[in-house]
This record gives sequence, structure tokens and C-alpha cells, in this order.
Amino acid sequence: MRTIQKMASVAVVGTLALAATSCAESDRSEGGGSEETTFTFGAAGAPEMFDPLYATDGETFRVTRQMFQGLLGIEPGSAEVVPELATEWTSNEDGTEWTFTLRDDVTFHDGEPFNAEAVCANFERMYDQNKAGQVAAEYWGYVMGAFANDPDNSLYQSCEASGEFEAVVTINRSTSGFPTMLTLSSLAMQSPKAMEEGNANDIATEGEGFAFPEYAQAPVGTGPYKFVEYDEANGSITLEGNDDYWGDAPKSSELVFRVIPDESTRRQELEAGSIDGYDLPSPTDWAGLTDAGNSVEIRDPFNIFYVGLNATNNPDLKDDRVREALMYAIDREQLVQTQLPEGAEVATQFMPSTVSGYNTELAPYEYDPEKAEQLLQEAGADDLTLTFAYPTDVSRPYMPDPQQLYEAIRTNLEDVGVTVDVQTASWNGGYLDNVTAGKYDAYLLGWTGDYDAAFNFIGTFFGNLKENDFATSEYPWGKQLADDLQAADAIVEEGERATAFEEINSQIMEDYLPGVPISHSPPALVVGPDVEGVIPSPLTAEEFDTVSIGGE
Amino acid sequence: MSSNVTPKSYGERRKERIDELAAASIDETPGVSLIASAWRRLRRNPIFLLGLGITVVFIVLAAVSPWIAPNDPAAAPLLDKVRPQSNPVPGPEPGFPLGADDRGRDLLSRLLVGSQQTLIVGVLATVFGLAGGLVLGILAGAFSGWVDSLVMRIVDVMLSIPSLLLAFTIAALAARPSQGTLIIAIATIQVPIFARLLRGSMLAQRASDHVLAARALGVKPRAIVFRHMLPNALGPVIVQATLVLAIAIIDAAALSFLGLGNPDDRRPEWGQMLGKSQEFINEYPHLAVYPAACIIVVALGFTLMGESLREALDPKTRR
Amino acid sequence: MVRFIVRRLIQMAGVLLVLSLLLFVWLRALPGGTVSAILGERATPSRRAALEAALGLDQPIYVQYLKFMQRAVRGDFGASTAVLPGEDAFDVFLTRLPATIELSFFALLIAVPLGIALGYFAARRRGTLLDSATVVFSLIGVAVPVFFTAFMLKYFLAVQWQVLPVSGRQDVSLDGTRVTGFFVLDGILTREWDAAWDAMLHLVAPSVALATIPFAVIFRITRASVLDTLDADFVRTAESKGLTAQVVRGRHVMRNAMLPVVTTIGLQVGGLLAGAVLTETVFSFGGIGQALFESFTQKDYAVLQVLILASATIFVVVNLLVDISYAIIDPRVRTR
Repeated sequence: MRTIQKMASVAVVGTLALAATSCAESDRSEGGGSEETTFTFGAAGAPEMFDPLYATDGETFRVTRQMFQGLLGIEPGSAEVVPELATEWTSNEDGTEWTFTLRDDVTFHDGEPFNAEAVCANFERMYDQNKAGQVAAEYWGYVMGAFANDPDNSLYQSCEASGEFEAVVTINRSTSGFPTMLTLSSLAMQSPKAMEEGNANDIATEGEGFAFPEYAQAPVGTGPYKFVEYDEANGSITLEGNDDYWGDAPKSSELVFRVIPDESTRRQELEAGSIDGYDLPSPTDWAGLTDAGNSVEIRDPFNIFYVGLNATNNPDLKDDRVREALMYAIDREQLVQTQLPEGAEVATQFMPSTVSGYNTELAPYEYDPEKAEQLLQEAGADDLTLTFAYPTDVSRPYMPDPQQLYEAIRTNLEDVGVTVDVQTASWNGGYLDNVTAGKYDAYLLGWTGDYDAAFNFIGTFFGNLKENDFATSEYPWGKQLADDLQAADAIVEEGERATAFEEINSQIMEDYLPGVPISHSPPALVVGPDVEGVIPSPLTAEEFDTVSIGGE
Repeated sequence: MSSNVTPKSYGERRKERIDELAAASIDETPGVSLIASAWRRLRRNPIFLLGLGITVVFIVLAAVSPWIAPNDPAAAPLLDKVRPQSNPVPGPEPGFPLGADDRGRDLLSRLLVGSQQTLIVGVLATVFGLAGGLVLGILAGAFSGWVDSLVMRIVDVMLSIPSLLLAFTIAALAARPSQGTLIIAIATIQVPIFARLLRGSMLAQRASDHVLAARALGVKPRAIVFRHMLPNALGPVIVQATLVLAIAIIDAAALSFLGLGNPDDRRPEWGQMLGKSQEFINEYPHLAVYPAACIIVVALGFTLMGESLREALDPKTRR
Repeated sequence: MVRFIVRRLIQMAGVLLVLSLLLFVWLRALPGGTVSAILGERATPSRRAALEAALGLDQPIYVQYLKFMQRAVRGDFGASTAVLPGEDAFDVFLTRLPATIELSFFALLIAVPLGIALGYFAARRRGTLLDSATVVFSLIGVAVPVFFTAFMLKYFLAVQWQVLPVSGRQDVSLDGTRVTGFFVLDGILTREWDAAWDAMLHLVAPSVALATIPFAVIFRITRASVLDTLDADFVRTAESKGLTAQVVRGRHVMRNAMLPVVTTIGLQVGGLLAGAVLTETVFSFGGIGQALFESFTQKDYAVLQVLILASATIFVVVNLLVDISYAIIDPRVRTR
């Protein structure tokens, strides 16, 4: 006992001694005003950094979206394009020159003015990337096609400040994606001065990752929130309200993102009240969360889940009747009813109904196993064997539980006499590689839209004849489809463009059948009982400046 | 002074325990059989009896479970009742006393039949570990010289790395996780333990009377090893195997929890069931508690039995 | 003595080198990998090729390894892609290390007094029901998977009864100042008592869970060691001289029994790290255990390599230190 007493007194004396040495000073900010409210959100992973141009991951965008804005924005709660930093925009006749009228009352967080010069500085900066940057700036590469070292293939050509608040952007051809693509978080407007001081373009590869420049850790935008700090040791990102914001003042004075990788832990933190919300709660938890008083906000579906087909290794699949049989063989209605969350819909085509170009007249293929068997017999393929794969270690908003979905579809296929060769691989451990390499005859996959454009869906799937997961080059109509898609995309007039895409959708579903679209699922967001003002976005692009914790 | 004053490293301590056990291969009390005297003591040891009882029940269960289980563990009789939102895990009802899991399969049947795969994983991992250890131990013991040094150096390095981390690394480096890779990972961490045990046992016996006598009589070395030394090593090996089996089951559960286990769950295994129950743990903790309880009881049983066996065979406590 | 140390260090360096090569080659031979993880559904053959070319992954494996070693000797171990993206992998290790050390420290703080006290208690009452009961109790630390213990503690203490925080290391709103990376220590050094206290609360549940592992070992060794000592001749001598039981107990028995226990304590490092992987994952604790798991699932190979090699180095160094102290304390050993 004496020893324990001795040890205890040593501990106390030691602690006091450490404190008294005062070799470290507290650097906490002096207590804020009594009006401080904090909205804490549970994030699933650490952000890559804070320069949206180089970002690819949803968790990074979630944070940057609060600090940055683009020329165009999205109406909260929908996928509709609305003015943001630009108030209006027009184009010339062939859609290659776009004139943007800018707001005149905006300043960056560092005090620099937002004007046409700043806009053009941004475009030029994004366009002119070094080798590492060209790979890292994935979204620019995806929508613009190329960078300054390859101007012929780049959609973006130049930008000119024709007035203090008027910028003219020239692109090399018209496309449905422009200017809608300016709603993308990656193309947001950042302070040219801060970027220069922080060497924003000095990105380099380091081993198998990227080493980001200083600017990426000290971002400066125009949005309702400003960056404060990223505490890596404790996994938290803090943003504070922007007092000089040009729009409505943000309702919460502080935003905190806590990195909590495990989903059930996020739920427990919400129940304990230490976070106020998190994203993508598992559908099995929705009932329990709602009963406990939380609000599960269901977003409109903006994704597609499908069974992809690849005829490269399986000549039977080249016969249209075989693919048609597969359409009839799968009981999609049952799948949606029993395995997907409420709000999920059977898919009639390869894009959701909210996207323009959606063909409302297409009816889903009814579940008809006899017809499927009949078709298989007609095609002489009643001994059809399919290598059918599903991924493990993953859950996507359109595919919450791949294995369970797979089992249901597989049972459907076996019921009509198809022999299924079960294949599986880990999502990050080879599945996607195998899909791209064409190793599977059939596979589960999906896609969440980046913005409201038909080409973002069916263009991604079928628009590039040489590189697509459906091996459309194996079919006689593959080239036609790719060309039609490119042509439709170039149509300037919106109504005409929508019609063109509707036509293509009907051809895909009635004549071509490159794959079997299954469903659209609504991903959800959950917030605690006291939280008000959350507007769920189908593009997972929630802005938190309207969110407040009521009753505090 | 009797007690050891020498400090020992983590690896040293493990080695010492193995060596002490190996020393039990030598029967130094003339006239009294080692096994018989140990058994007499064990018979009255409540800890041993408890452990033995649990172990026997487990083995019997693993053998007969497919017949006594009310349903096929791979079948999903309650699948239609499963609704991801309103009823993800169906509760108990007539014919399904514990309800179903998230795929509509009878939980009770899966628990009962799960004992089979769990036992298989434990036994196979231990057997392969023993086989590997046997090869290494004989190599080292038979050849001495630089072969001995090399083998033992490798074994020592493996013993100084905490076993779960080594198993994690091995399983993580497998291209596709399966029950096979799980067994191999766990077997690998058992190999050095058995290798050292067998080598120690053979070294201890080399100087003993009966081996010297055999050599004097001109019996061939291979016969000495296989017919005289190994049988005497049996006692310690059994003890170590029991202890190792418990650890194998626990480590298999830990690896499954980390996602490195067998993804195919048509044939249930308790560690796998525990690992997969994580996502439902807030609403339906029983999916985790039942397999965990089974694992704990069985592991405890083996450990209690093994520890009391070890104490019974330990030359120091023998009076 | 010095030669002994130098020899061991050289051996260690050699082993690590071989290990790093094996690890490097093996990881890159596995299907999938960093590129798949980065691209996700947007992967197309040309994008993969571009990313691979930019990251130097299209070169032959020995070239990649050489480049890796070239950078490594300059202290550049590659940028993390998932755990703390953009940071050098070694910096990730250093950022996450204090959490695991703090956790292990508190786990030992719990396991050691409890293990010694109960071990002594059980030894004194050897053969009784109480002895058996405490032996079984200690074995629970061995028989119950530590992640299950961690989960149960979290579920009851944090979620149901809400007496402890659920996860993490410290409440963000406290805005603790970071000095050393050990949050409790930092709170004391800067006199932010609320921050230190909050960090301690976050440590309670994970430490208790992790403590079950060393507790079992310490208990068993204390019990065995005390039993040995109680049997020893000198104790019988002391008792026959008429010294009271209390005096015998305190002065002679405990002091002699403690030596092996003390050394064992110092060497629970290995077992603690293994347990830390599981415990930190359950509590999202942000130490190297969680980082190991994350880097593996997200294919952040730069960090995974560094963590495995760093862990191996730690074990080897600790073993070496103990062997050195072993040689210093017991001269008989030096003649080895």
C-alpha cells in the first residue's frame, strides 16, 4: 500500500511540475461571442487536400463545396443549373463563344476582388498544368479533354476579360456539357493572388501519390465558409462563417467535419449527440434512426445500377435475342421491392428520370421467364454459360449490398436455364480492372451522375467506341451509337438536344441492348433531431450554409 | 535463490515456455509413468475437468450438428420476410427460435453447424502448423550445424513478432481471401512454436538414458528419431496443440473482423459470422453476441484444458 | 558488448532491407491497387495508363524498387493516397504514432497494478476456489476476442449509458493545442485542463479493452513467480526465524518475485500493437493500428509499407534493448 501511495504522489507532483514548466503555451483563440453555433458532420474519410481542382473524392468535395463557388451553381435540392458567381450567360450561334456577366459584389476570403480578370486567371491556371497536374486534375481532364500542351484536343480554348465584370470563354465545339460543367466543384473560382503565393500549380508525384503544394492546405474561395484548420492528429476539419459573404449569411457560425471511417461508429456518434449528421446511412438503419428522432433525408435518385454485358469472350451474347432474353429473365420489380430502400425505382433506361433526354415513353421489360427461355431456345443458346461477377468489400449508393443483389439476379438467371460461373474480386483489389479488361461476360456496376447531362450517363458508357466496358465495338451498331451520341451532344439548342437523346435511349433499350439496367436508388443523409434547414441534393452536393441547430 | 532473476525479452519468454514444455518429454521418475501420474492429478482438477467437458461437447456438436440442426444453414427460408428497411433481420418465430440473419437463414442452425467449420479451421491450422514445425524441428535437430542455426534463426525472428500482426500481414498479402488463405496465415504463425518445441524436445532427449542406450546398441538414427524421441514428445505437443487451437479460433475471428476471412458464407463459421455482424451491431447485437459467446466458451475450454495439462506435465510442479 | 550491439544492428538492417524488397514486390504484384482505388468507376484503359505513367507504375518492378530506395534514403517514402492524402508516408506514421503510444501506456497502467495485485492474491490462495476463479477470469483476456470486448465496452458505456465518448481522441470544440501529439500530455503542458481531461475520457474505454491482453500475461507470471518465491528456501528460513507473515510477504517475497514481472511488462509492446489494430478500428482512435487497417483496405501502399517496416523495426529494437539490459544486469549472460 505504501508503494502505491508513493507512486501516486510521484504522479501528482510530476504532473504539476510538467504544468509549471510552462514550456508550451496554449494557442486557443479567446472565447468567441455567445452567438457561436457549430454544425458537426461525420465524414467517412480524410479529405485529400483543399484545392478542388485536384480533388476526386466525395469527402474532399463535401468540404470544398462549403468554401468555393463556380460561375454556375445548382439549385439546392435539385440538379437544375442556376446563376452563382455569374448572373447571366449567352453564347454565339454555334455555341463556341460564351459571354458571362459576373456579380460585382463578391470578394475572396483574402479580400481580393472577384472580377473577369480573376475568372480568366482561374481558367488559365486550370488549363496550364504540369505533367503531374494533368493526371491529378481529373475532372478538368474529363470534361475538357486536354490541357495547354494539347490545345487541339481541348474543349477550352481561351478566356478574355471583355469588361470588369464580363468574361468571354471560347471553346472549340458546342456540347451539352457546357456551360453545365461549370457547376462542377473542381472548376470553382479561387483567389488568383492566393494561388500564386501558394504555388498552386506546383503539384508533383511522390512515390505512388501526389505531393500537393502549399496552397492546397490554405484554400481561398468566395463561399459562405472560410477555412480555419485541419487537425490531422484528431481527424477534424474546421471552417468558420464568412462575414463578408455576398449572399445570405450562413446560419451556423462554424462547420466541423469529423473523420469517422466506420459507419456504425458514425451512427453511434449521432445517437450520442457528438455529431449532427452524416452521409449514406445504411438502409437497414433508416427505421431505427427515424424512431430515435433523427431525420433521414432521402435524396432523389441520380444514379443507375446495371448488369453490364461484354461479348468479347462469349459469342452467344452477340445474338440480340440472347440479350433480350436476359432483359426478361431478371425480376427487377422484386429486387427493388425487397432489397433496395424505399424510393428506389426500376430502371427503364440507362439514366434516371431527372436528367434531360430521359425518354418517358419507354416501359420497363416485364419479368417473363418463359419468354426468356423461349428466346434463348430460338437463338440456340439454351445451354448458355455466363461468367458473372460481383465486387466484394464495397457498398455504393446504387448497390448497397452487392452480394445479396447478385444472389437474387443469379437465381433469376439459373431459373431460365443459364449456367452461371460465379466470379468475384475485391472492389479495389482487381474487380474494376477486370471489368475494364473485359474478363467478365456479365458484371454488376453502376454510376452516379456528376451533373445534369445525358451524355454524362450514356455518353460515358457508350460514347467512346474504343474504350467502354460494354465492348460495343463487338456489335455492328457500336460505331453508330457512339457517333450518334457525339452528334447529339454537339447540338446547341436544348429542346432539340433532349429529343435526340430520347431517341438514342429508345434505340438502346429496344434495339441495341448493350446491358441490363436494373434500378435507381435514393441515397440518404441523416441529421439529428435539432437540425433544421438541410436540403438534400440528388448530386450529393449539399451546402450547409442553410443549416442550423434549432433550439440552442 | 530459486527464482529467476534474469530478465527476458518477449521472444525469450515465449521460447522459455516452449522449452520448459519440451523438457517434459523426459521421464525422470522411475517406476511411475508420466502420463499416469499426470492423469491422477488432473482427474481431480476442476479447471481441467471444466475445460475437458467444454472441449468434448464442442467436438461432439461439430460432428452431429448437420443432423440436429432444424434447417439447412445455407438455405434462406425467411428470405421473403427480409426487407432492408423495415425488417432487415427477422426475429424469432415458430420453427426459428433465434430468428434469422440478414439473409433470411435460420440463425440457430447456422450457430450449430458453424461449430464444424470453426473446428476445421482450428484443427487444420494447428495440423499444418504442426506439420511445418515438425519438418523444421527435425531438420534442425537432425542436422545441427549451420542448418540448425539458420532454421532456428528464422524461427526466432518469427517468434519475436506478435502472432496476430504476422497473420494479418500474411492474410492481407493474399490476392484473394478465402478460408484457405485464412488457415495458411494462422498455420504459419504456429509453425515456429511447434518447430522450437520439437527441437527442444529432441535436444532434451538426446542426452537421456534411453537414447544413449539405443545409440550404443547401434540403432539407426532415423529409427531413434521416429520410434523413440517423437513418441515422447507427444505429451508436450498435445498440450501445445490444445493451447494453439484456442488461439487459432480467436485469431481467425479477428482476421474475419478485419475483412480478411472467407467471404463465402454458405457454410457458416463462427468467426466469419461475428465479422459480418458488425454492420447490424447497433440494431441487432444478438447477431454478434451469439457467435462471440460460442467462440469465447470454446476458446476458454481449450485454454483451461491446455493450461492445466501444461501444469500437470511441468517438471517443476511434479512432486 | 559493443561488438554484440553492432552485430545485431547490422543483422537488423539486413533483415529490414530484405523485408522491404519482398513487401514492395509482393504488394505490386497483387491485383488492383492504388490506381484502381483512385479512379473507381471512372476508370478507362487510357486513364489508367496515364495515371500509371504519371506515378511511375508502368516501369519494370526493379526500376520502381530502385527509385523507391533512392527516395527512401532521402527520407521521402512516398505520398499517402488514402490515410492522410498528400502527406509523406513516414509523416503519417509519426502523426499517428503518439495515439498508439498513449493508448498502450494507459492500457499498461490498468493491466499492471491489476495483474500484479490479482496475481499475488491468487498465488497466496493457491488451490482454493478463489484461485481457480481468478485464473479463469484472467483467461478471459485470452479467450475473448479483443475487438468484441472493445465493441461491448463501446456499446454499453458510450451508446447505452452515455458515460464515455463513442470514438476519437478528443472533442473538437475544445480546440486543444498540439505540442507533442500526446493529447493528455499536451493538455498538461499547456495547462488546458479540460482538454487533458477530455482526452483521458476518450482513452478509458479503448485502454480497458486493450488492457485485457497484457493483464492475462502479467497475472499469470506474477502468480507463477510468487509461487516460486514462496517455495524458496530463504522464505522458509525467514518464517522459521519467526518473522511475521506480513514482513515476510512484503520485504522478501514481493521484491524477489517482481523482477521477472517488471521485465515482462516492458516487453508487452508487441502484443499491444496487435491488439491496437483491432481496438483502434473499433474506436476510430487514429493511431497506427487504425492506419494499418485503413492503408490496407484502401490500397495506400506507401503507408502500408512504412507501417509494416516501422513495426518490425520497433520490435527488433525493443528486443535488442532488452537483450542489452539482460546482459548488463546478469553478468553470467555476457559470456555468450
